[in-house]
Amino acid sequence: MITIALIFSAITITPILAGLLSNRREKDAGPFISNHVLGLTLSLILVVVIILISLRFGSLQITWEAAWNAIFDYDPTNQSQIVVRELRLPRTILGLAAGSCLAVAGALTQGITRNPLGAPGILGVNAGAAFAIVTAIYAADIVTPEGYVWFAFFGAAGASILVYFIAQFGNGGATPVKLVLAGVVVTALLGGWTTSLLILDLETLDEARFWLAGSIASRGTDEIAVLFPIIIIGLLLGVALGKQINILSLGEDIAMALGQRISLIRVVAGIVIILLCGSAVAIAGPVAFVGLAIPHMVRSLVGPDYRWILIYSLFLGPCLLLGADVIGRLVVRPTELQVGIVTAAAGAPFLIYLVRFTKLSDV
Amino acid sequence: MQTNPNNTTTFSGQDLHLSYGGPMIVEGLTVTIPTQEITAIIGPNGCGKSTLLKALARILIPAQGKVEVNDINIHSQPTKEIARQLGLLPQNPRSPDAITVSDLIRRGRYPHQSIFRQWSSDDETSVDMALSLTGLTNFSERPIDELSGGQRQRVWIAMLLAQETPIMLLDEPTTHLDIAHQIEVLDLLKELAKRNNRTIVMVLHDLNLAVRYADNLVAMRDGKIKTAGKPNNVVTAQMIHEVFSIEAQILQDPVTGSPLCIPMMKST
Repeated sequence: MITIALIFSAITITPILAGLLSNRREKDAGPFISNHVLGLTLSLILVVVIILISLRFGSLQITWEAAWNAIFDYDPTNQSQIVVRELRLPRTILGLAAGSCLAVAGALTQGITRNPLGAPGILGVNAGAAFAIVTAIYAADIVTPEGYVWFAFFGAAGASILVYFIAQFGNGGATPVKLVLAGVVVTALLGGWTTSLLILDLETLDEARFWLAGSIASRGTDEIAVLFPIIIIGLLLGVALGKQINILSLGEDIAMALGQRISLIRVVAGIVIILLCGSAVAIAGPVAFVGLAIPHMVRSLVGPDYRWILIYSLFLGPCLLLGADVIGRLVVRPTELQVGIVTAAAGAPFLIYLVRFTKLSDV
Repeated sequence: MQTNPNNTTTFSGQDLHLSYGGPMIVEGLTVTIPTQEITAIIGPNGCGKSTLLKALARILIPAQGKVEVNDINIHSQPTKEIARQLGLLPQNPRSPDAITVSDLIRRGRYPHQSIFRQWSSDDETSVDMALSLTGLTNFSERPIDELSGGQRQRVWIAMLLAQETPIMLLDEPTTHLDIAHQIEVLDLLKELAKRNNRTIVMVLHDLNLAVRYADNLVAMRDGKIKTAGKPNNVVTAQMIHEVFSIEAQILQDPVTGSPLCIPMMKST
């Protein structure tokens, strides 16, 4: 599996690099390229800083030295180091994975739906995952994270496939408007079912409520490891779609007139979104806001070119998710707030800002 | 430009049946577009002008019939191949927020690119040429949102030019423009048809501008072609009545000598 992923990476990354390097030949490419070299370097530094912060801060106070040693000079008898190694490191890895999946999937969703409020949730993924997990707990008493992973993944995938299926009826195939409407319908339907199960059965509620809040704590990397090849393939494919999304964002008529096979691009992008969202939701539960906010933030930094929006989203998504997770660990010490609650709380003012101060017209 | 002017010899739609999934809008229409000239499609609202243009541009698949370029059915060819033959500017195109002029025009090069041929010197030459033909060279790094309506329309036309297609289709390229900008856009298209041997087909609302700028008129009503030919030959009071159901007097345009249609008022 890992080998396949590596070979696949090599195949995908070549054209991306070729594409980016060929920008050099575009007019005034000099400052353009070096701006992005600087920008991406800064983003990478930010990722590293957030990773360090995530290892260092939490309900148990430890020193930088202990955090450092836990990674590079591990002493299994030191309690602080055990906490870092066994709890915070997996948590950080999961945060990185979920954050980049959500941000890239969000940017793709906004691109193919041409909807500024486009976020993975709009395609019904969160509702689908919640539905599958709650049903699994209720009907099959599945309470282990290993069990959750596939239910969440296939629940999310199933819901978005259903959304696509409903949207493709009628004239013009799965147009943005029909996708959004079908997403609303499916989300409402599955949400109703999920809620009724939770009300009917207290035990299910008790098992599911932490998952439903969205959290990357107390889940190991082992259960999730099966998803990593999917995530890598999804991220690479997603970033490689930048140029196609650029064309699609000019509108269907122009994209078709330029010779783009828009249904094919929509389907490929849809599959990538399903892989990424399914993975993210299996890792962290329904985490709101990252998929919506990061593409917008990135767009305001680098402009409307999806080749760059996707790459920056890949780096900045994890920063936001891990940042929110660290905040959740610190604000109510010694307990914690789930990351999903922190991002939801941060999301409200951001949405107001988005509506109030920016032009939401076109993405 | 590098387009071979002899690329297109024939362009026609045959026995076209067109609909958007509902009732047939166009039934059994056959049209031959003269190449390397300007053809204007006119007719009342809802007569199927835009529908016909979309079919010619291959973005609406005919329920029956076919569109042929150089006697080859365009639906049997790869999409990018067609996109190097035929370009379309739809009505009221929407640009992504904050996109710059040159960024948008560059996207017109899409059909000439592939995974392993991302951006070539040909692309660069075409974009520069499109910028200079539309007089936008000095605006190339400006965001489109900051431009006037007329300038914006020129940017879209420049994108179409960068696509370097021998056939250019435009759906109401002058809507929402004031008279000065209308003239500016149409002069540009006239120039392109003449100097670069492009075949241009456009839907126009303004009958008199259509008559003045087009080499050929196609007048439609209820999904059918009422009449087609040189403006001087086909524009008569009777034809205007048949197509638009209005009474009109036809004078001679003092500037170009072409027919000038003056609609009568009901009260006179």
